[in-house]
Amino acid sequence: MSKQLISVRINDELFEGEVEPRKTLADFIREDCTLTGTHLACEHGVCGACTILLDGEAVRSCLMFAVQADGASLTTLEGLAPEGGPMTPVQQGFMEHHGLQCGFCTPGFVISAHAFLRDHPDPTEEEIREGLSGNLCRCTGYQGIVRAVQRAAEITREDVTA
Amino acid sequence: MSTVEKPSAARFVGARVQRREDPRLLSGHGQYIDDVRLPGMLHATFVRSPLARARIVAIDLEHALAVPGVVAIWDGSALNGDAATPLWDWAGEGTPFPEVRALAEGDVRFAGDPVAIVIARDRYVAEDAAELVDVEYEPLQAVVGRELAEASTGRAHDGIDTNVAWSAASPTDPALEAAFAASAHVITETFRQQRHVNVPMEPRGLVAHWERGAEQLTVYASSQNPHQDREYFARVMGLPEHHVRVIMRDVGGGFGQKIFRTREETAVALASRRLGRPVKWIEDRQENLMAANHARDEQMTLRVGVDADGVITAIHASHLADVGAYPLMPAMMPGFMALEVLPGPYRFARYGWAGKSVFTNTSGISAYRGPWMMETVAREIMMDVVAREIGVDPAEIRRRNVIQTEDLPYTTPTGREYDRISPAQTLEAALEEIGYERFREEQARARAEGRYLGLGISTYIEPTAGAQGPTGIEAATVRVEPSGKVNVLMGTGSHGHSLETTMVQVVADQLGVPIEDVRLLQGDTAVSPYGGGTAGSRSAVIAGGVARISAIKLREKVLELAGHLLEAAAADLEIEDGTITVKGSPGSSIAFADVARIAYYDPSRLPEGMEPGLESTSRYSAPPATYANSTQVCTCEVDVATGEVRLLDYVVGEDCGVMINPMVVEGQIAGGVAQGIGGALLEHLAYDETGNPLAITFKDYLLPTTEDVPDIRYVHVETPSNTPGGHKGVGEGGAIGAPAAIVNAVADALAPLGVRVTSQPLSPDRVLAMIDDARSA
Repeated sequence: MSKQLISVRINDELFEGEVEPRKTLADFIREDCTLTGTHLACEHGVCGACTILLDGEAVRSCLMFAVQADGASLTTLEGLAPEGGPMTPVQQGFMEHHGLQCGFCTPGFVISAHAFLRDHPDPTEEEIREGLSGNLCRCTGYQGIVRAVQRAAEITREDVTA
Repeated sequence: MSTVEKPSAARFVGARVQRREDPRLLSGHGQYIDDVRLPGMLHATFVRSPLARARIVAIDLEHALAVPGVVAIWDGSALNGDAATPLWDWAGEGTPFPEVRALAEGDVRFAGDPVAIVIARDRYVAEDAAELVDVEYEPLQAVVGRELAEASTGRAHDGIDTNVAWSAASPTDPALEAAFAASAHVITETFRQQRHVNVPMEPRGLVAHWERGAEQLTVYASSQNPHQDREYFARVMGLPEHHVRVIMRDVGGGFGQKIFRTREETAVALASRRLGRPVKWIEDRQENLMAANHARDEQMTLRVGVDADGVITAIHASHLADVGAYPLMPAMMPGFMALEVLPGPYRFARYGWAGKSVFTNTSGISAYRGPWMMETVAREIMMDVVAREIGVDPAEIRRRNVIQTEDLPYTTPTGREYDRISPAQTLEAALEEIGYERFREEQARARAEGRYLGLGISTYIEPTAGAQGPTGIEAATVRVEPSGKVNVLMGTGSHGHSLETTMVQVVADQLGVPIEDVRLLQGDTAVSPYGGGTAGSRSAVIAGGVARISAIKLREKVLELAGHLLEAAAADLEIEDGTITVKGSPGSSIAFADVARIAYYDPSRLPEGMEPGLESTSRYSAPPATYANSTQVCTCEVDVATGEVRLLDYVVGEDCGVMINPMVVEGQIAGGVAQGIGGALLEHLAYDETGNPLAITFKDYLLPTTEDVPDIRYVHVETPSNTPGGHKGVGEGGAIGAPAAIVNAVADALAPLGVRVTSQPLSPDRVLAMIDDARSA
């Protein structure tokens, strides 16, 4: 199969590569760019584990081809917080409220929560539950996840007012 | 209610310590199986049978082998002979078992049965080639359906002339029949539970690397128990155990599905040895739902005798399980365990049982979080059936039967010995927390308005940390390194259980060092001492117990050396925050790190006869079981127009002994409850009558989401166990108790309509059908 040259900016680093047009964006990120923080748990667009930010929008990287991301700017879990720097409020909330156990669904939840909170900075619990209902977790029963997002909103508000 | 005895110096055990695992998992730096990359690594995929039962007439590999990038394709006849033994064999007297091979050979026995392995330079190419493997099948009659299998004219397996895999019953007991005869009421009901799948978010996977020079097989596994895997691969590959190394790093959930290594994983290891190259296999979700192990798929008929007050006089339980084609555990296990645990939290003397398991042409049954939990499903729904029938409140009937503190020690009719349990206390605690009386008033008001609210109770005793055979012991090496930092080496297999945090809490308390100075190394058979891994709610009890034992032993040596250096008696010393001080003389102290350095680098300063270094290894053999107890209570509203069940409130009263980390305990409970909610309301791996699986995507196999799991509240009762540290297991209880609580809540809500709920899942279509049936009855 003929390959196509693409260039994608991921976490502020430029990745160029030749990919088959059929290669999914998720596989490109994981295999070609060796950013394995993005996880694949269903590969049919239901579980949300592979969610990334593409030009700021939360998308499922298993449902896109890498060639569709040519020229785009992506953020994956690895790129949310600066290396060695402080965690984001969402990551902090997940840590404080036991929002993860095995950690496999976590990349998708954390990325989705970032996108959600950007659009809903002061959400109700009901809005959080609806906003994150497209991501599946099998470990936590979502208890810590919902609270983590509430906490992240709180930290963000504190940061803004501080 | 017992209070907790905490060691006076405890600072970490009992505290909501944040997890050591989290920073790497929250920043995308976990190391899951698909993140393993080795030089020269190849990729495997499987050709699977689309039919449940068929003869393999011919396999044509020509077109598949011609795909550029394909390295090898083997079918069963080409590869199976590389295995030194059958993969597993649970055959015994009266319990036939099929020969388990890596790949199907001659015939296929369930839809998804692996027929050939394709090895290629990447997964895309491997899947291209797998599509081109041409298998000709001659369809045979498939055996499908738990209740149809025994009488089926088909046979699930060639060479086994029955579909009954196991059948047994307790001896005829005249006293049991006399007890039934003397009962004021005898009520019989059958309860059914559908087929579930564990669904860890990370599917199965493996990287096998046969290293020719070292003649060593290194396996990167997505597992729960690396040491048992090592024994497995050594046996099946015909290798000495010390030429096999198993490494598990981060594992994306297991819930029982990853206890046992499976046929595909074995084929990958055999392929790696043939090729002398690393081979990776990562299954996709459809394969996981279709061909990884399944669970539940069982029914239980209870015959219960009670006196006029609802006090149980006798129970007979009869269990039927569908164990699929190639169960991962002995065919007797689901039934035998359920029947044996059934007496649960209630006092009664007369008990009889019968169990049967059948083979079918479906994916094999394995362990899933509380694999015996049908006993709680049947018993707890039955308690409500009886209560309704004789006109006693469901909370009250449990009060009249539950084991009280003054009954202890208590031996069940199946010989289980309870001592340090508190089922009456957790029952009352949960009822109080949910506001039982207040809810009844609210329910009455709602009914008057035509709304259907219900409350369900589920009470149970959970045998945790079952300790026998390969899971009987756990070991811990606690090693203070020359700088004073501490490595703890254990044979645990944490896959979401937070052991990197909880084991460290235990050790840091005993050594008196900052928690940051202690690290757990697990999951590598070349690093850790033998351990049984993480399953059966065993880690807190057995691993936590031995971490404590080993740390105490090492603490004694630290104090002996420090006492020698400070010219004080060891008994007069205390360790706090990395400093050893003579009690009452703050000026007389030495840093923990200095003691460590001297232990390694300055042997002349050691007391006479003391071995240099600071390291301790202990092994702990736990009691056969350590009992936790719990009551779950939930409320729901059922929309009788749409059939939707909405959970309103959820309370778990739990006694898991001394909690190492309440945050982790609650996380374990919540995860189990969510799985129980899935099983009660949503999840169903259905087959059609030909054995075709109907739910192999997440659009069909429905997992609970944030909108299905309500806020869960907890009430903790802490009755210490008699194991070191006083812990009890808590990994499975949430999943054991939830389905019965939910079914009871729905049945309570719909009781005015005369609906009797005896099966799951309570999906909207099935709820509406039950309402229609009751109305037309």
